[in-house]
Amino acid sequence: MIALLRRDFRLAMRAGGGFGLGLAFFLIVVVLVPFGVGHDTALLAKIAPGILWLGALLSCLLSLDRILALDWEDGSLDLLAVSPIPMEAVVTIKALAHWATTGLPLTLVAPVFGVLLGLPEAGFYWLVISLLLGTPALSVIGTFGAALTVGIKRGGLLLSLLVLPLYVPTMIFGAELARRGAEGLATTTPLLMLAGITLGTIALLPFASAMVVRINLR
Amino acid sequence: MPELGKYADTVLSAYGVSLLLLVVLVLASMRASRKALKELEKVESRKNG
Amino acid sequence: MASIWEYANPVKFSRTVQVVLPWVSVGAAVALAVGLIWGFFFTPDDYRQGSTVKIIYLHVPAALMAINAWFMMLVTSLIWLIRRHHVSALAAKAAAPIGAVMTLIALITGAIWGQPMWGTWWEWDPRLTVFLILFLFYLGYIALWEAIDNPDTAADLTSVLCLVGSVFAVLSRYAVNFWNQGLHQGASLSLDKEENVADVFYFPLLVCIAGFVLLFVALVLLRTRTEIRRRRLKALIARERMA
Repeated sequence: MIALLRRDFRLAMRAGGGFGLGLAFFLIVVVLVPFGVGHDTALLAKIAPGILWLGALLSCLLSLDRILALDWEDGSLDLLAVSPIPMEAVVTIKALAHWATTGLPLTLVAPVFGVLLGLPEAGFYWLVISLLLGTPALSVIGTFGAALTVGIKRGGLLLSLLVLPLYVPTMIFGAELARRGAEGLATTTPLLMLAGITLGTIALLPFASAMVVRINLR
Repeated sequence: MPELGKYADTVLSAYGVSLLLLVVLVLASMRASRKALKELEKVESRKNG
Repeated sequence: MASIWEYANPVKFSRTVQVVLPWVSVGAAVALAVGLIWGFFFTPDDYRQGSTVKIIYLHVPAALMAINAWFMMLVTSLIWLIRRHHVSALAAKAAAPIGAVMTLIALITGAIWGQPMWGTWWEWDPRLTVFLILFLFYLGYIALWEAIDNPDTAADLTSVLCLVGSVFAVLSRYAVNFWNQGLHQGASLSLDKEENVADVFYFPLLVCIAGFVLLFVALVLLRTRTEIRRRRLKALIARERMA
């Protein structure tokens, strides 16, 4: 299992640069926003948590189809299916590797991009907390979407259509937590809800993803 | 025709759009059903004949 | 009365549909005609909303069916996953476009109604937002059916998507409630329909709801039969090629 994690991690770091690409995409989204809404600093500071969350979510989406597609194409997914590791563990590890190569770096650079958008200082702490808590859910849900579309050629667009509605609760509570943190409001409720969603998806969704992968391998 | 007052456009457009959508849905479903039946009959007659 | 599982047999199902469908269709047409004509021509205007109150006869039944269609898909998906009855999976597939159209009607009539009443076409009110999200779920579900060639794989995958989607749809509902309260403290634009609906509006509304339910049933039966025919067609063509 550790070997699988290490292998996935190395693949994501190396092949095709999915790792740097997500971060670059995140940067571009953040840079484009002021061009779109104007350079009014007060306005930017107000919408900064939402933009950063949206940017992180979209960058996450960008690399979802890599989670399973490559293993599907070269047949290593079939090998994993007959290996002693249960499929539930395989998809969990895939989600973990995806998170470690997209969600985690996105969380770490988000404060830097927050500076670009004039995020108030109080907001940095809550931004990082909210992303740290929320991005694992994005990876796990994304793995489910990737599992659904793995057998479909050019399923990237379909994957987005399937996954984005599932991202709604995470996005709402994550962005709300970051926004409330930035404005100095009470943060307990969105914090608990976000943590609940993340833990719930981590606990339950791998079973659905594994079931879907097995169906696709049939 | 009932007196709809100043909201006539609102009410009529709501009814118009909804009924249009429903009619399109019903017609599309019926057409698909007929088409499937016709093709099925063609293939079955080929099988038996 | 035979067991309901007998209708899992496609031939039996098709034969029953042949008998039942005309009755259900006529029932739907009569109920819709009576309900809508009653509502449109013979009910008074509301003292606050004027004649726009007549939109209720489309808006509320469509919204009800939008949710019930998803619920029916959830049940039939579960039946497919557990008991592997093909008719059940096909019924779920048949219901999805109907549900999507119902959601669209609810959204559009809501927007048209909201314009004079709230002074805006769209408001990020929890109910409105949830219906928009529901519409996206319908689109994703339909798209997944279309994208997969193998019918059994498609049925399995869409069923799982329907189950997971249901959980997330309910989750979204509560998330959206929380989110909007976070924006406007205590201010609610949503008029509670049940509270201020008087009997004059209530009875034609009931007839309209009955009409929408019957229409939904008729359409599901019709479309499921279409799917069965298509499936049989595919099987026959495949057999011909083999021969």
